[in-house]
Amino acid sequence: MRQSRSLARDLAAIGAIAAAFMVVLLLTESGYYRLILTLVVIWATLGLAWNMLSGYGGLISFGHAAFFGLGAYTVTLAMVKLDITPWIGIPLGALVGMAAGLLIGVPTFRLRGHYFGLAMLAYPLAMLYVFEWLGYQEIALPMKREHPAAWMQFSDQRVYTLLGLGLMVLAMLASLAIERTRFGMALQAIKQNEAAAEAAGIDTWRWKMPAIVLSAGFAAAAGGLYAVVLLTVTPQSVFGVLVSAQALIVCLFGGVGILWGPVIGAAVLVPLAEILNGELGHIIPGIQGVVYGLAIIIIILLAPEGLFWRLRDRFFPVRPQVPDAPAAAPQAAGRDAGRLAATRKPLLVLKGVSRSFGGLRAVDNVSLTVEEGTVHGIIGPNGAGKTTLFNIVNGFLAPNSGSISFDGKDIVGQKPSRICRAGMGRTFQIVRAFPRMTVLQNVTSGALVATRHDSEAEALALWAIDLVGLGRAEAGQTASGLTMRQLRLLELARALASRPKLLLLDEILAGLGHAELEEVIEAIRRIAASGITVLIIEHTMHAMVRLAERFSVLDHGALIADGPPAEVTRNPQVIEAYLGRKWVQRAADRVA
Amino acid sequence: MQTIGVVGMEGAMGSFELFAIDFLQALMAGLMVGGTYALMCVGLGMIFGVMRVVNFAQGDFLMLGMYGAFYVATTLGVLALLGPYAGPVVAGLLAGPIVFVIAWLLHRFLIGRVTGVAALGAEGEGHYAQIILTLGIALVLQNGGLILFGSLPLSIPTPMSRESWEIWEILVNQARTVRFAVAILVAALLYLFLSRTRLGKSMRAAADNPQAALYMGIDVDRCHRTAFALGCAITGIAGGLIASSQSFQPYIGFDFVITMYAGVVLGGLGSILGAFWGGMTIGLVQQMSTLVLPFQLQNTAIFVVFLLIVFLRPHGMFGRSVERT
Repeated sequence: MRQSRSLARDLAAIGAIAAAFMVVLLLTESGYYRLILTLVVIWATLGLAWNMLSGYGGLISFGHAAFFGLGAYTVTLAMVKLDITPWIGIPLGALVGMAAGLLIGVPTFRLRGHYFGLAMLAYPLAMLYVFEWLGYQEIALPMKREHPAAWMQFSDQRVYTLLGLGLMVLAMLASLAIERTRFGMALQAIKQNEAAAEAAGIDTWRWKMPAIVLSAGFAAAAGGLYAVVLLTVTPQSVFGVLVSAQALIVCLFGGVGILWGPVIGAAVLVPLAEILNGELGHIIPGIQGVVYGLAIIIIILLAPEGLFWRLRDRFFPVRPQVPDAPAAAPQAAGRDAGRLAATRKPLLVLKGVSRSFGGLRAVDNVSLTVEEGTVHGIIGPNGAGKTTLFNIVNGFLAPNSGSISFDGKDIVGQKPSRICRAGMGRTFQIVRAFPRMTVLQNVTSGALVATRHDSEAEALALWAIDLVGLGRAEAGQTASGLTMRQLRLLELARALASRPKLLLLDEILAGLGHAELEEVIEAIRRIAASGITVLIIEHTMHAMVRLAERFSVLDHGALIADGPPAEVTRNPQVIEAYLGRKWVQRAADRVA
Repeated sequence: MQTIGVVGMEGAMGSFELFAIDFLQALMAGLMVGGTYALMCVGLGMIFGVMRVVNFAQGDFLMLGMYGAFYVATTLGVLALLGPYAGPVVAGLLAGPIVFVIAWLLHRFLIGRVTGVAALGAEGEGHYAQIILTLGIALVLQNGGLILFGSLPLSIPTPMSRESWEIWEILVNQARTVRFAVAILVAALLYLFLSRTRLGKSMRAAADNPQAALYMGIDVDRCHRTAFALGCAITGIAGGLIASSQSFQPYIGFDFVITMYAGVVLGGLGSILGAFWGGMTIGLVQQMSTLVLPFQLQNTAIFVVFLLIVFLRPHGMFGRSVERT
């Protein structure tokens, strides 16, 4: 969908939304309806802010009221205590919010999934009680008789609406910038599979931090404007659960992960709630909440991902475009092919690597060397510690002891994304594609590491797709609908797109039929021939014998054999631990 | 829920003894309050553990439990029949089945459509839709409660909440003590249900791995429905039990949903035992914090302790992290 939307069209749409808003504003006579319009843009801005972190990045926050409230209180206290005009107060509030985003992000990003969201719930509520305790139960912004405009006080309600509209347009432009750059792609990758994103070289921390800071800044600015418009601030009204809920509701209702979503959500829900309140609230107290709640329930049952996505899928189904032209091979993709045969320098060297889980020694004092330009196989029975070894090598796990050097540099303790950038790609035993992205987008996310510009990344991705043997028609498909063969090739291409020196393949042939197996083996051979060193874990012994030039055998975490295939498969220890006598018998039969 | 202060002990006693009594008093109050919090958290923890759904309406099922107990006690005459001591407890327990039925229906017609098997494979496992749906249900329950029950704060009248036993120098509120005992009993019964019965075991299987459970012939959706209804009923009972000493109105739910989530996350998402101890911890922290902090900062203390524990142990006290690559 990224490729199919032109920038000019998106900008025109933002302009059209702003223009439509102004027309509605001009047609609105009553002050009450003008206030509703102001609230629409404020809540839309908060929804857009929430979307930046939780929509694009998938880090669902239940606590955006923390930023909203800080913005509101910064503006209010600056005006009441320090005589600072909201013209300065709102940017100041945004800065305070951004600082809070940074301070909250640093510890909270250690948490995953629901733990993150629910921990976020705690911040605004802790602040709420602190502000109550400080005695700021209810503060009114003082009316300024002289130069009211200098204090952001206008007799015409519409000026506030325009200010809010300006803020909303700013938030939309920021969202557009996120969506159209690698920032958005990185966040989307994080949302769909954080571990895979990290292994694909996306430094998740580096993208999550700016996302929360930006998000917090806009939420705080919205809070600041809210204080100016309503003229009174209470801890409940700005830090309360309902504020955080409102951010979620407008965004999820309108459509998550897209800049139009929160705007649609706010434009429908805020007037609905207010009008219900005005029309029904005094007849039967509570009926407005019931109707509002029911409206949300019904819409979400009909459109679980929000109105925008439902309407788009219904009326404008999008076919992603994939260029047809063959991609040029990137320069020096392969190492100097002539050099390979002559000298074989060690690329990856493990010395005495161990890792325990409780009392279990999953990897026990393993030392091995992977030489440049080879295909090196690791075999061993289930639970031998093969995948754990991979996780240690690519940085998911830290070894308890031992050293690992890659390309001459010590890599122990580095993050997976950093190791990926140093030239190590990997695939996963359990496929970790980004299910909502197309094949091309999946692979492009892997290419971000190796390129500076997004167009280069796509070219590199196309090259990788060609190399593994996926077709251009397949490249446009969404990953969630792929077959096992396509998923394996996708992961291979994604790892390849980071232009690695060394590729770690974790049981890449598992779950494939015979013909598919051949295809993937061919792809691995092509990759090896292009000069990339391959370290592969595999159970399928027959495939392994055909691929690898050197075997390392793990059993109960320890290395029990290491050498050329012919030597290793005759090793009695290996036969005992892994191959079994039958295999040897069969191999012997075949020779005979 | 202010504890009864220790008054009239000046003179003979030193300040250390005074503090010791205050401390024990707060500890006792924390345990008693913690018992009911633990029961609420167990209800929420079970729903989350089995369904992996963030249910924002949980506090409103607590509210329904309170009103359920109130009307059982007064309109149905349980209070008059069983007297002011046994009456509130029985009414609190009877709130359970009432909430069970409501929650069962809500799951059958609404929540089941975006959770469980229906949500397998949806974006973000369907979390977005679940969150907003439970928020919508919370709004309907709160405001529907306002229409049905009115906004006047109520509580079940019982003399127990004003009477205390005195153990050494420490006053132990009778209502809280009885509530504590009943809460522990209900939690223990739930534990037996989950570990001994066939349905309980299949619920645990469905929680562990819905896909695998499905292939083993377990009706995952039925497990979810039971877990949801039972979890809400347990929280409803906790609400019914505190309805005799806490005045309530239809909007009380949000106050408790936060406390409940703090307890459940503290214990470790997915662990019911963890939820129990998490709730207990919240009660203790809340009451003990009054020793050193102003009363208004009680809840801030809860959140600070909550954040500290979660940062030190990112999967809570009893949570596990199993991730395969």
